Amino acid sequence: MLAFIAQRLAKAVVVLLAIVVFNFMLIRMAPGDPAMVMAGEAGASDKIFVAQLREKFGLDQPLPVQLYRYVKGIVTLDLGFSFRQQMPVAKLIAERLPATLLLTVTAFAISLLLGVLFGTLAARFAGTWADTAITILALIFYATPLFWVALMAILLFSVSMDWLPSFGYETVGANYTGFAHVLDVGAHLILPATTMGLFFMATYARMTRASMLEVKRHDFVKTARAKGLRDAVIQRRHVLRNALLPVVTLAGLQAGTLVGGAVLTETVFAWPGIGRLMYEALLQRDYNLLLGVFVVCSAMVLAFNLITDLIYRAVDPRIEFAS
Amino acid sequence: MLKRVLLSLLVASALSTAAFAEEPKSGGVINAVIQPEPPGLMVGLVQNGPTQMVAGNIYEGLLRYSPKLEPLPGLAESWSVSEDGKVYTFKLRKGVTWHDNKPFTSADVAFSIDFLKQTHPRARGNLAQLDKVETPDDYTVVFTLKQPFGPFLGIFEVGSLPIIPKHIYEGTDYKTNPANNTPIGTGPFMFKEWQKGSFIRLVKNPNYYIKGLPHLDEIYWHVIPDAAARAVAFETGKIDVLPGGSVENFDVPRLTKLKNVCVTGAGWEFFSPHSWLWLNNRSGPTANKKFRQALMYAIDRNFAKDVIWNGLAKVATGPSASTIKYYTDKVTTYDYDPAKAKALLKEAGYNGEKVRLLPLPYGETWQRWAEAVKQNLQDVGINVEMIATDVPGWNQKVSDWDYDIAFTYLYQYGDPALGVGRNYISSQISKGSPFNNVEGYSNPEIDQLFADGATAFPDSKREEIYLKAQKILTDDVPVAWQLELQFPTITRCNVKNLVTTAIGVNDGFRDAWLDK
Repeated sequence: MLAFIAQRLAKAVVVLLAIVVFNFMLIRMAPGDPAMVMAGEAGASDKIFVAQLREKFGLDQPLPVQLYRYVKGIVTLDLGFSFRQQMPVAKLIAERLPATLLLTVTAFAISLLLGVLFGTLAARFAGTWADTAITILALIFYATPLFWVALMAILLFSVSMDWLPSFGYETVGANYTGFAHVLDVGAHLILPATTMGLFFMATYARMTRASMLEVKRHDFVKTARAKGLRDAVIQRRHVLRNALLPVVTLAGLQAGTLVGGAVLTETVFAWPGIGRLMYEALLQRDYNLLLGVFVVCSAMVLAFNLITDLIYRAVDPRIEFAS
Repeated sequence: MLKRVLLSLLVASALSTAAFAEEPKSGGVINAVIQPEPPGLMVGLVQNGPTQMVAGNIYEGLLRYSPKLEPLPGLAESWSVSEDGKVYTFKLRKGVTWHDNKPFTSADVAFSIDFLKQTHPRARGNLAQLDKVETPDDYTVVFTLKQPFGPFLGIFEVGSLPIIPKHIYEGTDYKTNPANNTPIGTGPFMFKEWQKGSFIRLVKNPNYYIKGLPHLDEIYWHVIPDAAARAVAFETGKIDVLPGGSVENFDVPRLTKLKNVCVTGAGWEFFSPHSWLWLNNRSGPTANKKFRQALMYAIDRNFAKDVIWNGLAKVATGPSASTIKYYTDKVTTYDYDPAKAKALLKEAGYNGEKVRLLPLPYGETWQRWAEAVKQNLQDVGINVEMIATDVPGWNQKVSDWDYDIAFTYLYQYGDPALGVGRNYISSQISKGSPFNNVEGYSNPEIDQLFADGATAFPDSKREEIYLKAQKILTDDVPVAWQLELQFPTITRCNVKNLVTTAIGVNDGFRDAWLDK
C-alpha cells in the first residue's frame, strides 16, 4: 500500500507542475492585466503610472521569464506576492483557507449524512408517500440554481424571520470568546453551509436510493433473508455497504471542490473564504494570487483523489491496490 | 415612486441642514459598506474609489470644499493669493499631530508634494504648473506657480492631495514601505484592524486637533461582495450607511421606503460623475460628425434617467456637468428625435455597417442601460453589436481604442481645467489609458481654448473661454453625453451630519454622530 501511495504522490507532483504551466498560459490569454485594472480603478492614470505598476508586478519581463520565475518559486514552495493585496500569496491563502474549509466541510457533512439517510429511507419505503416526497424534494434541490436558493434562504430566514445572520463569518465588533464565539460562527454558518450542501444532498439521496434498490435484488440479499437475518441488519450490512460505492465515488468528486468550489456561496453570504479570493483575483487579474489558489486547490483535489481510492478499499476489501 | 424618491431626497437635504441645530451626541459605532474591497489604504499610492472612501477618515488634505465648491479650512487654516495669481501662501494649523504623536509641520506638506508627483497620476497633472514649494517656517507653505493656474485652489482635497507623513516615508521605497499596511495620518480616525475579506476597523483619534471631534468611537467598513446581499444587510439593520453606488439603482426606491431610512444625493458636487458614450472619432461610422449627431437624437436620455436611474440623474447637455464652474446650457442641445436621427444617418451615408457597443461592466444598472441604448439605436436603423467584457477586458479594449461606442463615466473635479479638458484636447491622445482623450478628438481651436482657460487670469476671462469651448464641443459631438449621475447615500436616520462637504462620505466621518 505504501508503494501505491508513493507512486501516486510522484505522479501528483508532475500533474501539479503541468497544471501550473497550463494555468499560467491560460490566465495570460485573458484580456487586460492588473496594471490596467488598478489604473482603471484610480479614476485617472497616465503612461508613467501604468508603466510603474507593470514594473512593480514584474509584467515588464518577457512571458517565459515570468513563467520561469513563477515555477522556480513554486518548486521552493514560494507562491509569490500579491501586489494588489500587498501580502504574500501563501499568507493570504492561509488566512482564508480555514473559513472555506469550515464552510465546505460542514456542507459536505450535511449533504453526505442527510443524503445517505434520505436515500436509505426512500429505498426502504420505496413506492410509499415518503419515497415520493423525498424524491420530489431531491429533484427540486438538484434543479434549483444555488444563488437563487441562497437568496431565498436569506429572504426567509434573515429578512422575514430574522433568525439567522445574512452575511459574514462572525458578528463583527462583538468580540465573543469561547463557547459564545462558537455559537456565533455556527449561526453564521447555517445558511451558507445548508444552501451549499443541498445540491449534493439531493444527488446522494437519489444515488443511494437507486443503488440500494438495485443491490436489494441480488442473490446474496435473498440468501441473507433466507438465513433469517433481521431486516435492519440486512439493510445495513448487506445492502447499504454495497450500495455505498458509487456514493463514495461522488463524494470524492465533491471533496475536490472543498477548497475552491464555494465561489457563489461565499460571494452571496460575504463569507471570507478562498473561493471569493479566487474570484476577485480573477476579476482583478491578480495573477500570482489566482495561480496560488489554483495550485492549492489542485493539490487538494489530488490528495482527495488518493484518499477516495483508499476509502474504496476500506468499504470494499475486494478492491486491490494496483502497484 | 419616482416622486417619492425625489421628495425624500429633498426632505433629507432639509434635515441635514436642520441637523446643525441639534446638539451632537458623543460615542457609538457606525457600520458602513465598502465596495469593492480596497487594494490598500495608503491614499498617496492607491487612488481607487473605495480607498479614498476609507482613507478620507485617516488622511487629510490642506483644504475641504463646501457643496458650492468654495474652499474650507482643512490642515490649512487660512490662505492667500498674490495679485498676479502666481503665489499661494498657506498658514497651517498648529498643534496637529500624526497618529503616532509626531508633530505635523510644513515639511510634511513639501514632502507630500514630492511624493505625490511620483506616485499620483492626477496630482502629477494638477501640479504641472507648480514651480517651487517653500517652507519659511513650520506653519507656512508657499507655492509659486510658473504662470497663473485658475483651478489651483481646487486641488487640495484629501483624495487629490493627501498630506503624507515625512518621518515615515522619507528615504524609503514608497511602494514597499511596510507602513503602507498600517496607514498613519492626521485624520479624525485611526487605522486599527483589517481582516481581509471581512471588514476594516477604524477607531477614534483621541488627540484630534478639533476639540470634541470626532463624535463616533468606531467605524466598521464591511466587505460584502454581492449587491443583493448588501441591500439585505442594510434592510436587516446590520449596516447603517450605504455610500453611493453600494446597491443597484433599482433597489434604491425599495430601501428608501423603509422606516427610519434617509437618503441624500448630496456629497458628489466635487466629483460630479458625468456619463457619456465614447465614440471612436478615428474610424468607422462614428468618425462621421453627422453620424455622431444622429446618435444624440436617437437616444432617449429621459427614459434612461427616469427608468434606468430611477430619476436619480440629470440629462447632460454638454461636456461640463451643471454642478461645476463655468457651466452653460446655452449650447446646441439634442432632444430625443428619431426622425431627425434617421435623416442625419441618411445624410451621413450610413449603410448598415456593424457598430460595436461596449457596456460598462459595473453591474446590472449599466447592463440595462446599454440594452436600452442598443434598442434606441436599432430603432433608427443602426446595426449594433453588444460586446460583453469584464472590467480588465473593458479597460484594455477602451485603452487600445478597440471599440466604436463605449459607455463610461468620469469625474469632473469641480473645474473644466481639472476634469473636463482631459477628454477633448489632442495632447491627451495616448494609447494605454482609459482616462484621457480616448475618442481621438482633435481640434486645434479646442486645444487652444483649454490651454488658455487653465491659465487665464482673472476668473472672468476663464469663463468667457469655457463658454466658447462648450459651444464648439456640443456642435462637434466628440462623445455622446448622457446623464449627470447621482449616487445616493442611504443611511439610517439616526446617523446625523454625515455628508457635509462636496466630497461627501469621502471626507470622512469627522462631523458625523449617532442619535441613539
